[in-house]
Amino acid sequence: MDLALTDADLAFQAEVREFIDTYWPEDVRRARATSSRFEESRGHSPEVRRWIDALNERGWAVPNWPQAWGGTDWNPTQKYIWDKETAKAECPQLSAFGARMLAPVLYTWGTDAQKNEFLPKIREERMIWCQGYSEPGAGSDLAGLATRAVREGDEYVVNGTKLWTSGAHVADWMFCLVRTESGGKKQEGISFVLIDMKTPGITVNPVYILGGIHSVNEVELKDVRVPVENLVGEENKGWTYAKGLLTHERTGIAGVARSEVQLARLKRIAQDTGMDGGSLWDDAAFRTRVTELEVELEALSVTELRVLAQVAQGGAPGPESSILKIRGTEIGQAIAMMTIEAFGYYGMPYPEQTLIDNEGPIGNPYVMPTMKGMLYGRASSIFGGSNEIQKNIISKAVLGL
Amino acid sequence: MDFSLSEEQTLLKDSLERFIQNDYDFDTRRKVMAGEEGFSRENWKQFAELGWLAVPFAEEDGGIGGGALELMIVMEQLGRGLVVEPYLATVILAGGALKYAGNEAQKGAYLGAIIEGSKMGALAFAEPQSRFNLADVATTATADGDGYVLSGHKAVVLGGPSADFFVVSARTSGGPRDADGITLFLVDGDAAGLSRRDYPTVDGLRASEVTLEGVKVGADAVLGTVGGGHAVLEQVIDEATLAVGAEAVGGMEVCYKDTVEYSKQRVQFGQPIGKFQVLQHRMVDMFMEYEQAKSMMYLAAMRLDEGYGAVAKKAVSGFKVQVGKSGRFVGQQAVQLHGGMGMTEELNIGHYFKRLTMIDTTFGNADFHLKRYGAI
Repeated sequence: MDLALTDADLAFQAEVREFIDTYWPEDVRRARATSSRFEESRGHSPEVRRWIDALNERGWAVPNWPQAWGGTDWNPTQKYIWDKETAKAECPQLSAFGARMLAPVLYTWGTDAQKNEFLPKIREERMIWCQGYSEPGAGSDLAGLATRAVREGDEYVVNGTKLWTSGAHVADWMFCLVRTESGGKKQEGISFVLIDMKTPGITVNPVYILGGIHSVNEVELKDVRVPVENLVGEENKGWTYAKGLLTHERTGIAGVARSEVQLARLKRIAQDTGMDGGSLWDDAAFRTRVTELEVELEALSVTELRVLAQVAQGGAPGPESSILKIRGTEIGQAIAMMTIEAFGYYGMPYPEQTLIDNEGPIGNPYVMPTMKGMLYGRASSIFGGSNEIQKNIISKAVLGL
Repeated sequence: MDFSLSEEQTLLKDSLERFIQNDYDFDTRRKVMAGEEGFSRENWKQFAELGWLAVPFAEEDGGIGGGALELMIVMEQLGRGLVVEPYLATVILAGGALKYAGNEAQKGAYLGAIIEGSKMGALAFAEPQSRFNLADVATTATADGDGYVLSGHKAVVLGGPSADFFVVSARTSGGPRDADGITLFLVDGDAAGLSRRDYPTVDGLRASEVTLEGVKVGADAVLGTVGGGHAVLEQVIDEATLAVGAEAVGGMEVCYKDTVEYSKQRVQFGQPIGKFQVLQHRMVDMFMEYEQAKSMMYLAAMRLDEGYGAVAKKAVSGFKVQVGKSGRFVGQQAVQLHGGMGMTEELNIGHYFKRLTMIDTTFGNADFHLKRYGAI
């Protein structure tokens, strides 16, 4: 049992750092970290495009994919180093819906035509995806979805409404769960289809969430015709694929590295914030709470390493992995809340973007991105299976209740 | 990056597991505790034969050269069995001080005897006013010819009643809470002027108030350097902190697993109470607390084995914070979910709760270690 990095690991780490410093340099980092535009509405700036192109050129765009489709031969320690270093520099990531969620389904269950058509475009981020899962009547009870697909010749005709669809307003395509059969168990009769967002009959309506952020949408599907070759795997087996998708990429969802960056920022902000002639960081009560979070985060970071080590030995992620989402989102939310608290009165100003563009930020430049991150971050314990649903899963799968 | 146990470590773990399972069930433990000494000399002999008493000592001293990971393995299993034999007091505390500060003659006189099970020891470091500050030492050691005269009061000395010898911290110079000027002394249990008031602790151990009234020792009783005892104490106590933390992790494992089992058996409102979601989520929380504590335990053990310094100290304190928090939650909820049964002396759960509660205040509670963690 040891945590030491080998010389080879250290050399790899140096290589990664150099790559990051070249293609995602310090000034770009800072500009992006203090930008008050919400991440998902920013689109691809030239800097982000350059970063993604450099990743592809280097063969590092999708480390976890099979090598045949552009993945790396990195061992788990190298993947861990990569995640840590890119998180520390707050490097942009490929859109998760394509690269992290859909791609594993495609390279596991997709046809050759689907793989050839979609995987390269996802890897190069030339095709943006959204996920058509939740519906007005199907949230935590996802299998209760009602969007119907009826086969007519070589097409499915899809009717229904998807809700909370992140990024639908910028997506080119949507992977979507639809009901192709009803009557049996509700998990059976669901199919996994790929829909071009330009297909006639699709309407995307924005849903503004707290802070006026446009990230999620309602997607109406009215007589949308989808070619049958866009079915993934077998008809009525979509639930299996969707579940398989959830077990992919279980590590990384804890957001440990990201939270470490946020925690370090919180400490700096507390040190820079005046209080009683000293700084907020001198306040024992505040400092105690930050330190408590730090310990919890360190524990989670080791739990994540334990999961990685298990996977490295060829095992499936053990029960520890289910902790990652719950604790990771709780800690991330707590850090965001404490950062807002640290700003004091200056947490309140929430100016229009045009005002910031013209006259600069009010107070600390990190206020707006932190506030938007905090507001949006409340969703992290709701999406991807709410934390309460996660506990139901652990209770059943791990405790056998 | 590797979290697996070596072959030797696995063997060690297996031998402890077998003992806990075959020879240390709850009723046996109760009988052992009811005896005059509060533990079994027979068991202690067996510990020696199985090599457990040799674990943390160097091979040239007759030990097996184990490090923090091996101590962790032993203590996690002892924690699962709620073992009351004074392993912590003799091997980790008194033995630890000898290991780090003893000269050849001292090691020769004591370590071999500890390893073969013929001598027991105790570390008398705490005092009524000291709380968790190792530097707060009011016991005095005054030079007297070639030797010293010790006077003072040592508080809640774990394993005190069975100790054949004590390692005592005393002030040879400096002010009341100075880290400098503390010296460790080896004092025989039957030394003139040493008296003990023995008692059981709430969690099934035995301890003593040790009073030193003009106890004369020779220069050869000085363990380590004169005035340099604090650094030794800090390292020994950090190792012991890992040890009780690992003990707590073992106890938490039993608490959460027994609670889950109980909830499958206990029927109310016509169904097993484990079917109620409010209890399911509580047990998931217990499981998560246990796993998080286990992660920090691994971190602390690995950091200690990398070498003793700031990184290791911080990891130990982080672990103790987590143990304090997790142990409190798991222990309390185990009692709560067992209902009235959890309150009884005849069920194991309440005994784990008591031990977990006392572990929080052993070698510094969560608040103490949070402050230390933040300051490193």
